[in-house]
Amino acid sequence: MRVKVKLFAAAKDLVGQEEIEVELPTDATVEQLKSLLVATYPSLADLLPHAMFAVNASYVQDATKLQVSDEIACIPPVSGG
Amino acid sequence: MVELTHKPIEADPLLERVTSPEVGAVLLFLGVTRQFTDQRETVELKYEAYEKMALLELQKLENEALQRWPISGCLIVHRLGTVPSGEASVAIVTASAHRRDAFEAGQWLIDTLKERVPIWKKEHWADGTTDWVHPVGK
Repeated sequence: MRVKVKLFAAAKDLVGQEEIEVELPTDATVEQLKSLLVATYPSLADLLPHAMFAVNASYVQDATKLQVSDEIACIPPVSGG
Repeated sequence: MVELTHKPIEADPLLERVTSPEVGAVLLFLGVTRQFTDQRETVELKYEAYEKMALLELQKLENEALQRWPISGCLIVHRLGTVPSGEASVAIVTASAHRRDAFEAGQWLIDTLKERVPIWKKEHWADGTTDWVHPVGK
Protein backbone atom coordinates (compact mmCIF):
# COMPACT_ATOMS: atom_id res chain seq x y z
CA MET A 1 0.00 0.00 0.00
CA ARG A 2 1.09 3.56 -0.72
CA VAL A 3 0.76 5.97 2.18
CA LYS A 4 1.46 9.67 2.58
CA VAL A 5 3.37 10.98 5.58
CA LYS A 6 3.23 14.61 6.70
CA LEU A 7 6.52 16.13 7.86
CA PHE A 8 7.04 19.08 10.16
CA ALA A 9 9.82 21.35 11.46
CA ALA A 10 13.32 19.83 11.15
CA ALA A 11 11.98 16.66 9.52
CA LYS A 12 10.43 18.78 6.76
CA ASP A 13 13.64 20.77 6.27
CA LEU A 14 15.88 17.67 6.26
CA VAL A 15 13.80 15.97 3.56
CA GLY A 16 12.89 19.19 1.74
CA GLN A 17 9.22 18.24 1.42
CA GLU A 18 6.07 18.74 3.51
CA GLU A 19 4.68 15.37 2.57
CA ILE A 20 6.21 12.18 1.22
CA GLU A 21 4.75 8.99 -0.21
CA VAL A 22 6.14 5.56 0.66
CA GLU A 23 5.26 2.00 -0.26
CA LEU A 24 4.54 -0.30 2.69
CA PRO A 25 3.27 -3.87 3.01
CA THR A 26 -0.43 -4.17 3.92
CA ASP A 27 -0.95 -3.86 7.69
CA ALA A 28 2.53 -2.43 8.18
CA THR A 29 3.18 -0.90 11.60
CA VAL A 30 4.52 2.50 12.60
CA GLU A 31 7.79 0.72 13.48
CA GLN A 32 8.10 -0.56 9.91
CA LEU A 33 7.35 2.90 8.57
CA LYS A 34 10.13 4.38 10.73
CA SER A 35 12.66 1.82 9.46
CA LEU A 36 11.66 2.50 5.88
CA LEU A 37 11.91 6.26 6.34
CA VAL A 38 15.43 6.03 7.78
CA ALA A 39 16.48 3.74 4.91
CA THR A 40 14.96 6.06 2.30
CA TYR A 41 15.94 9.37 3.90
CA PRO A 42 19.23 8.86 5.79
CA SER A 43 19.16 12.54 6.80
CA LEU A 44 16.31 11.63 9.20
CA ALA A 45 18.38 8.99 11.03
CA ASP A 46 19.26 11.20 14.01
CA LEU A 47 15.81 12.75 14.44
CA LEU A 48 13.43 9.82 13.86
CA PRO A 49 14.30 7.79 16.98
CA HIS A 50 13.01 10.78 18.99
CA ALA A 51 9.93 11.44 16.86
CA MET A 52 6.37 10.39 17.63
CA PHE A 53 3.85 9.47 14.98
CA ALA A 54 0.22 10.45 14.70
CA VAL A 55 -2.56 8.74 12.78
CA ASN A 56 -5.65 10.80 12.00
CA ALA A 57 -4.38 13.52 14.34
CA SER A 58 -3.88 11.30 17.41
CA TYR A 59 -0.60 9.97 18.80
CA VAL A 60 0.00 6.26 18.15
CA GLN A 61 2.43 3.62 19.39
CA ASP A 62 5.11 1.88 17.31
CA ALA A 63 3.00 -1.29 17.13
CA THR A 64 -0.01 0.47 15.61
CA LYS A 65 -0.98 -0.91 12.21
CA LEU A 66 -1.42 1.56 9.39
CA GLN A 67 -4.25 1.70 6.87
CA VAL A 68 -4.01 3.10 3.37
CA SER A 69 -6.64 5.75 4.17
CA ASP A 70 -4.88 7.01 7.32
CA GLU A 71 -3.56 10.54 7.66
CA ILE A 72 -0.07 9.83 8.95
CA ALA A 73 2.23 12.47 10.47
CA CYS A 74 5.77 12.43 11.78
CA ILE A 75 5.93 14.54 14.96
CA PRO A 76 9.50 15.51 15.94
CA PRO A 77 9.96 16.49 19.61
CA VAL A 78 7.61 19.42 20.15
CA SER A 79 8.71 22.88 21.31
CA GLY A 80 5.60 25.03 21.63
CA GLY A 81 5.11 27.53 24.40
CA MET B 1 -11.58 28.05 24.60
CA VAL B 2 -8.50 27.18 22.60
CA GLU B 3 -7.16 29.10 19.63
CA LEU B 4 -4.24 29.28 17.21
CA THR B 5 -3.60 32.77 15.86
CA HIS B 6 -1.15 34.53 13.57
CA LYS B 7 -1.81 37.88 15.23
CA PRO B 8 -0.28 39.36 18.41
CA ILE B 9 -1.94 38.02 21.55
CA GLU B 10 -3.97 40.56 23.50
CA ALA B 11 -4.38 39.62 27.14
CA ASP B 12 -7.09 42.04 28.28
CA PRO B 13 -9.94 40.58 26.20
CA LEU B 14 -8.98 37.11 27.48
CA LEU B 15 -9.15 38.25 31.10
CA GLU B 16 -12.56 39.83 30.52
CA ARG B 17 -13.90 36.53 29.20
CA VAL B 18 -13.32 34.60 32.43
CA THR B 19 -14.46 37.23 34.93
CA SER B 20 -17.69 36.38 36.76
CA PRO B 21 -19.25 36.98 40.20
CA GLU B 22 -18.05 33.56 41.47
CA VAL B 23 -14.43 34.10 40.43
CA GLY B 24 -11.92 35.13 43.08
CA ALA B 25 -8.71 34.39 41.19
CA VAL B 26 -7.71 34.97 37.56
CA LEU B 27 -4.30 33.70 36.50
CA LEU B 28 -2.58 34.83 33.30
CA PHE B 29 0.55 33.10 32.01
CA LEU B 30 2.34 34.59 29.01
CA GLY B 31 5.18 32.75 27.32
CA VAL B 32 7.34 35.49 25.84
CA THR B 33 10.08 35.28 23.23
CA ARG B 34 13.35 35.48 25.13
CA GLN B 35 15.98 37.77 23.60
CA PHE B 36 19.02 36.08 25.18
CA THR B 37 19.59 32.34 25.69
CA ASP B 38 23.02 31.41 27.05
CA GLN B 39 24.35 34.74 25.74
CA ARG B 40 23.10 34.08 22.20
CA GLU B 41 20.72 36.68 20.87
CA THR B 42 17.38 35.75 19.34
CA VAL B 43 15.86 38.18 16.83
CA GLU B 44 12.60 36.30 16.42
CA LEU B 45 11.03 32.88 16.71
CA LYS B 46 8.97 31.21 14.02
CA TYR B 47 6.26 28.85 15.19
CA GLU B 48 4.80 26.09 13.05
CA ALA B 49 2.03 23.65 13.97
CA TYR B 50 0.23 20.58 12.73
CA GLU B 51 -2.79 22.80 13.16
CA LYS B 52 -5.58 20.24 13.07
CA MET B 53 -3.92 18.05 15.68
CA ALA B 54 -2.64 20.97 17.77
CA LEU B 55 -6.22 22.23 18.17
CA LEU B 56 -7.40 18.75 19.18
CA GLU B 57 -4.58 18.38 21.72
CA LEU B 58 -5.21 21.87 23.14
CA GLN B 59 -8.89 21.00 23.50
CA LYS B 60 -7.95 17.81 25.36
CA LEU B 61 -5.78 19.89 27.72
CA GLU B 62 -8.65 22.26 28.42
CA ASN B 63 -11.08 19.39 29.03
CA GLU B 64 -8.63 17.61 31.34
CA ALA B 65 -7.91 20.76 33.35
CA LEU B 66 -11.64 21.44 33.76
CA GLN B 67 -12.09 17.90 35.08
CA ARG B 68 -9.11 17.92 37.42
CA TRP B 69 -9.53 21.33 39.05
CA PRO B 70 -12.61 23.33 40.08
CA ILE B 71 -11.87 26.11 37.62
CA SER B 72 -14.66 28.04 35.94
CA GLY B 73 -12.59 29.38 33.08
CA CYS B 74 -9.73 28.04 30.94
CA LEU B 75 -8.34 29.73 27.83
CA ILE B 76 -5.31 28.70 25.78
CA VAL B 77 -4.10 30.82 22.85
CA HIS B 78 -0.95 29.97 20.90
CA ARG B 79 0.54 32.25 18.28
CA LEU B 80 1.98 30.86 15.02
CA GLY B 81 4.31 32.36 12.44
CA THR B 82 6.87 35.01 13.33
CA VAL B 83 6.98 36.21 16.94
CA PRO B 84 9.51 39.05 17.45
CA SER B 85 11.63 39.03 20.56
CA GLY B 86 9.71 40.30 23.61
CA GLU B 87 6.24 39.37 22.32
CA ALA B 88 3.96 36.63 23.66
CA SER B 89 3.85 33.28 21.87
CA VAL B 90 1.35 31.66 24.23
CA ALA B 91 -1.28 32.81 26.74
CA ILE B 92 -2.99 30.65 29.32
CA VAL B 93 -5.77 32.01 31.51
CA THR B 94 -7.39 30.11 34.35
CA ALA B 95 -10.07 31.36 36.71
CA SER B 96 -11.35 29.86 39.94
CA ALA B 97 -13.06 30.78 43.18
CA HIS B 98 -9.79 30.37 45.10
CA ARG B 99 -6.26 31.02 43.90
CA ARG B 100 -4.66 27.62 44.44
CA ASP B 101 -6.77 25.90 41.76
CA ALA B 102 -6.04 28.59 39.16
CA PHE B 103 -2.28 28.39 39.88
CA GLU B 104 -2.14 24.58 39.80
CA ALA B 105 -4.21 24.25 36.64
CA GLY B 106 -2.20 26.99 34.89
CA GLN B 107 1.12 25.36 35.76
CA TRP B 108 -0.08 21.95 34.58
CA LEU B 109 -1.47 23.41 31.35
CA ILE B 110 1.74 25.10 30.21
CA ASP B 111 3.93 22.15 31.28
CA THR B 112 1.72 19.66 29.45
CA LEU B 113 1.31 21.89 26.39
CA LYS B 114 5.09 21.86 26.02
CA GLU B 115 5.14 18.04 26.13
CA ARG B 116 2.17 17.13 23.95
CA VAL B 117 0.97 19.77 21.53
CA PRO B 118 2.44 19.50 17.99
CA ILE B 119 3.84 23.02 17.72
CA TRP B 120 7.50 23.78 16.97
CA LYS B 121 9.67 26.86 17.26
CA LYS B 122 12.61 27.86 15.09
CA GLU B 123 15.22 30.17 16.57
CA HIS B 124 16.35 32.99 14.30
CA TRP B 125 19.65 34.08 15.86
CA ALA B 126 21.17 37.54 15.55
CA ASP B 127 24.11 36.06 13.61
CA GLY B 128 21.71 35.03 10.82
CA THR B 129 21.64 31.29 11.55
CA THR B 130 18.49 29.33 12.42
CA ASP B 131 17.76 26.22 14.50
CA TRP B 132 14.63 24.17 14.99
CA VAL B 133 14.12 23.48 18.67
CA HIS B 134 13.58 19.76 19.23
CA PRO B 135 14.09 18.99 22.92
CA VAL B 136 15.31 15.42 23.38
CA GLY B 137 15.28 13.33 26.53
CA LYS B 138 12.36 14.94 28.32
